[in-house]
Amino acid sequence: MLHVNNLNVSISDTVILNGLNLDVGPGEVHAIMGPNGSGKSTFAHALAGRDGYQIAGTATLDGVDLLDLEPEARAAAGLFIGFQYPVEIPGVNNMYFLRTALNSVRRARGDTEIGARDFLAVAQEAMDLVEMKPGFLNRAVNAGFSGGEKKRNEILQMAVMEPRLAVLDETDSGLDIDALRIVASGVNALRGPERSMIVITHYQRLLEYIRPDFVHVLVDGRIVESGDHTLALHLEDNGYADFVNHDLDDAPTRPLSGATR
Amino acid sequence: MSEALQEIKDLTDADYEYGFSSDLDTDIAPPGLDEDIVRLISSKKDEPAWLLEWRLKAFAAWKSMEEPDWAKLEINPIDYQALSYWAAPKMKPVLDSMDDVDPDIREMFDKLGIPLHEQKTLSNVAVDAIVDSVSVTTTFKKTLAKAGVIFCSFSEAVQDHPDLVREHLGSVVPVRDNYFAALNSAVFSDGSFCYIPAGVRCPMELSTYFRINAMNTGQFERTLIIAEDDSHVSYLEGCTAPQRDENQLHAAVVELVAKDRAEIKYSTVQNWYPGDENGVGGIYNFVTKRGRAHTDAKISWTQVETGSAITWKYPSVILQGDRSVGEFYSVALSSKRQQADTGSKMIHIGADTTSSIISKGISAGHGQNTYRGLVKVLRSAKNARNYTQCDSLLLGSECGAHTIPYIEVKNPSARVEHEASTSTVGEDQLYYCRQRGMSEEDAMSMIVNGFCREVFDELPMEFAVEAQRLLSVSLEGSVG
Repeated sequence: MLHVNNLNVSISDTVILNGLNLDVGPGEVHAIMGPNGSGKSTFAHALAGRDGYQIAGTATLDGVDLLDLEPEARAAAGLFIGFQYPVEIPGVNNMYFLRTALNSVRRARGDTEIGARDFLAVAQEAMDLVEMKPGFLNRAVNAGFSGGEKKRNEILQMAVMEPRLAVLDETDSGLDIDALRIVASGVNALRGPERSMIVITHYQRLLEYIRPDFVHVLVDGRIVESGDHTLALHLEDNGYADFVNHDLDDAPTRPLSGATR
Repeated sequence: MSEALQEIKDLTDADYEYGFSSDLDTDIAPPGLDEDIVRLISSKKDEPAWLLEWRLKAFAAWKSMEEPDWAKLEINPIDYQALSYWAAPKMKPVLDSMDDVDPDIREMFDKLGIPLHEQKTLSNVAVDAIVDSVSVTTTFKKTLAKAGVIFCSFSEAVQDHPDLVREHLGSVVPVRDNYFAALNSAVFSDGSFCYIPAGVRCPMELSTYFRINAMNTGQFERTLIIAEDDSHVSYLEGCTAPQRDENQLHAAVVELVAKDRAEIKYSTVQNWYPGDENGVGGIYNFVTKRGRAHTDAKISWTQVETGSAITWKYPSVILQGDRSVGEFYSVALSSKRQQADTGSKMIHIGADTTSSIISKGISAGHGQNTYRGLVKVLRSAKNARNYTQCDSLLLGSECGAHTIPYIEVKNPSARVEHEASTSTVGEDQLYYCRQRGMSEEDAMSMIVNGFCREVFDELPMEFAVEAQRLLSVSLEGSVG
């Protein structure tokens, strides 16, 4: 599935990711936790191909090195990013946006495009998943959406796009408890043997709803600790203090249980 | 140049797809402008004496006037004596049916996607096709005549309905109104004429298609639309020109008269050749468009301006009657080296008059886009209302957007609102769309179309589709 090998990312000559390794198998859900500025979001955007990153290393999805591809080709390869801050696109109908997105990746994969009526059924199912009211699809993309609506819209898009790998970047930030429950149950419904997920979060709270198979701690641009979901509970109690002030030269010797096979 | 900027540049350097010229056998006057040319035009068209006199008065006025220089436009000096003021494709003298249209001309319009065969045309749209100085054909005349609607070339109207023309010509845009209107009044060649009788709802969309073909000619058309009491008409106008290295002058005048409770909706998709990326060639478009709205009447201008090297155009409404309504919806795109100085004037005279202005300016490449608008509320206009919204979108770092609103209010009961915004197509928006699998081109086109949504929603369906396509083509390029 996803193999990230020695990923180094700098932005304007500042090193953000520093030799990150990660393996995600089919159907697995991995959580990446870490303090502010540790490089969690940069990891998501390096995978997605945002402009302005200097990148070394490899990140293969189903054998294809994502880092060689344009962002849209990475999407066609099955990568989906749930954005921490989904952008607003005024005047562009949400339904039109979604169908254009879906048909773009279908075209890129050599599949037939999906017509308006068939799409409506796909969209309706996704709407039910995130408990969106009818009319939601006729609004402009994210324009004037509340924080919770934006995040639910991301999950709705994920449901429609049916990615191989979804990277959810702080999907829990800014959500009240009800929205969190809706988002989490949407994510859980989309788990499956052929779909892997990386859930990036600050807090253990989300992981009470989305039980990860593996938890990784990202500090200073590399994964310094990996474990099962109990690692998240440990972080909840003790914070990142155990990991933040470590000697960087030490880091690779720390156990990388679970993540590397 | 960053990668994103380069991409925007590629996107906006797309080729002009209507740049071909057609080899039409053309009757053309020698370059130069004097009274003799004015007389020549008038006699070519076999005009009555009053019209020649009107032209000569306009010509005298024009000679005494000076080119306006207040617009934010850098224009190469125009040598008015180097232009030819009359060019007409030679063709058979009488057109009894569409089959009589010169095959070369028909081919040209087919190539432009405007078939002149009635059975092939867009259903429910009558077309008046104008090449260079003259109207070559008008479709669906018989259907319209049944409803009492007159839709014909201006020249025909002068011959067949002289009283209507004489009563209204210059009644909204007087000959001395401005330099280009005076020039047009002296040398206008053809255009469209449209008359909707009282109480009639025009059964189809009326449309004029303008095409400049000949070299070194100016095009000066004149459009007059008269909507009698309680009538309704929707009128569309489209324009293209061949790709030529020299600048071509286009100075049109459009006059609308909406009598009591009448409604005129006037839509333009202007795609004159914009010149190349170095600013060579392209149409100089100096247009005066104005409507007069009587009591409870409504005039609505919608324009999508993607072409021309220079656009100087301020469609206006004189809100003369009480409770009359004026609207202006505009999308103006300036890419390459295009410059647009465009906006609207709303003159409130009657009580309880309302006007709204929605302007969307898009600048790309080295394009310069200026919104210039006037909202004037006279002392008589009790409870006048205006709402103006000017949004500018910048694509790239070498273009400019400017907003220059003028507001003059003489009645304290007026309510005038002005909102303006300037934004860029965010790299974040493009990235978001691309993460969802869309190509950069599709994403750009989608975002820009979204920006223009409020205006496109005002266009008749066929035109809305055409406008979106045009905008995409104008932004398209060599990406991928």
